[in-house]
Amino acid sequence: MSIVFKKTTGLTDKPFSYCPGCTHGIIHRLVAEVLEELNILDRTITIASVGCSVFAYDYFNTDALQAPHGRAPAVATGVKRMHPEKIVFTYQGDGDLASIGAAEIIHAANRNENITVIFVNNAIYGMTGGQMAPTTLPNQVTTTTPLGREIITGAPIKMSEMIATMDHIAYVERCMAADGPSIMKTKRAIRKAFECQINQEGFSMVEVLSSCNIGWKMSPVDSLSYIKNTMTQTFPLGVFKERKHETNH
Amino acid sequence: MSQVEFLKGNEAIAKAAMLYGIDAFFGYPITPQNELIETMSHVMPANHRVFVQAESEVAAINMVYGAAGAGGRVMTSSSSVGIALKQEGISYCAGAELPCVIVSVSRSGPGLGGILPAQSDYHQSVYGGGNGDYRVIVLAPASVQEAVDDVGKAIQLAEKYRNPAMVLLDGAIAQMMASVVLPTQPLPRVDTTTWAATGDFKTRGTRNVINSLYLDPAKLYAHNQHLQAKYREIAKNEALLVDHHPDHHDGAIIAYGTSAKIAIGAAQRLKEEHRIKVKCIQLRTLWPFPKQALREAIKGMPFALVAEMSMGQLFQDVLAFTRSDTIIGYVGKAGGEIITSDDIVNGYLQQMGGEQIEHSV
Repeated sequence: MSIVFKKTTGLTDKPFSYCPGCTHGIIHRLVAEVLEELNILDRTITIASVGCSVFAYDYFNTDALQAPHGRAPAVATGVKRMHPEKIVFTYQGDGDLASIGAAEIIHAANRNENITVIFVNNAIYGMTGGQMAPTTLPNQVTTTTPLGREIITGAPIKMSEMIATMDHIAYVERCMAADGPSIMKTKRAIRKAFECQINQEGFSMVEVLSSCNIGWKMSPVDSLSYIKNTMTQTFPLGVFKERKHETNH
Repeated sequence: MSQVEFLKGNEAIAKAAMLYGIDAFFGYPITPQNELIETMSHVMPANHRVFVQAESEVAAINMVYGAAGAGGRVMTSSSSVGIALKQEGISYCAGAELPCVIVSVSRSGPGLGGILPAQSDYHQSVYGGGNGDYRVIVLAPASVQEAVDDVGKAIQLAEKYRNPAMVLLDGAIAQMMASVVLPTQPLPRVDTTTWAATGDFKTRGTRNVINSLYLDPAKLYAHNQHLQAKYREIAKNEALLVDHHPDHHDGAIIAYGTSAKIAIGAAQRLKEEHRIKVKCIQLRTLWPFPKQALREAIKGMPFALVAEMSMGQLFQDVLAFTRSDTIIGYVGKAGGEIITSDDIVNGYLQQMGGEQIEHSV
């Protein structure tokens, strides 16, 4: 008998704390598989943020630090500057990255820190029960926009597009975890982002449109359709920045 | 062989920190500590160390958290309002037991306050503004040389106890120039391999995780008990004061930092002009507070005066911690006005008979 499939060694045996139907688990697995395939698990340091993925330090089979809310890119900066030869990545949600941590992500990118950011965008504050995020779509109902998001609360912030305006950074792509093909594409983007870091090309970020079926009050299946058909209207998929193969450090 | 240089307090601290073997410095401009990060911006890279000018004090302390969590010997510096912004990160460093040094060059407050020296950040430093039952070691130099020495001591205490350590000085010390003896050798290293997240878990055999999150209340209570035991150990071993006049027993002036420097002169004047032999007691650590030593130093005295460049913050702690029959008086000012020898001498003479002054404590 031969093994045809097994769990990646990039994940620990700790059961995920994610809700059934949530796509965090899939994205975790993609990141972990990439770390394993690139053979960098033993030189990677994970920076967990605050939100649903706060326990990422328990799941990724690497050394890790748990960062204060929004500060993961600053913590990653400290780690990477101490150990430039190590691989450092943050795993952040949209509340963490686009709201409270907007300054830290912008400036880490602008310094072209040679780190990788996995940005999971589900357009809502999942962990705290489904409040409006800066990424919440127009008219989307959340627990703090019970009548739907109005423009007075702001428009969805497009972090990938914003960060891609920085000419000197290495790589920015927005993907989604909505079906088989898009998940495989996401994995390729994550791989590319880590390759940029390995090749010392500078800052790389992969935004993954993700579901929060509990916060959205939808079935898991409807949530995946919502990513595909609704979220992508506001957050178009694509590569926003690719500065090819120039070492920047 | 020692290295003597004529330097501004801020420059001396920066150079000393590099010479003590700081691996990384993360800072943000704020008066009156600007020469510190300016000096760091060239001495650190020139010696193959890390210097980052962060986008904010918040980011700077989180870079400290990251670099310290990855096993580095790390420092940041700021002033009053900037230290206020760092409190969240300081609480995280304390919770995750990360050694790091924070240099706090205090200006006057509250709010944006002013840029002239004050000691109004006593509560901020000693009691902190971060959440939770945590403690930060606070050293209080009164001269440029003491500031240089305290940076070294802060590094050693931070590493010995795996705890943030702060050097609290006011803008007067940071801005004055003095001849200082700088360190000639880096301080010895402690082993961080058992806990630092350096990304070598396979060779190490276990994963190192830097974290302060414990959702299980029993585990978090146990973590708090562990921290408290450590704090008791620090309090037992590290509390320090200097009695500048061991042969004076008529009374005492209790002070730290610039106020202590001025109090030494005031004690001299009280002896020469008024034949009262008053000792100046300089607090060298603010946390741990040298309670026992202070109680012993003022034992049997009818009167002791607290002199501070703040509105009774130290006075309040001296009252609480001495619990003696000695009447405690207070003289102080804040807002950038420097306390004078006259203030202290007159305050002492007015209050030594038991006359109460108005204060908000």
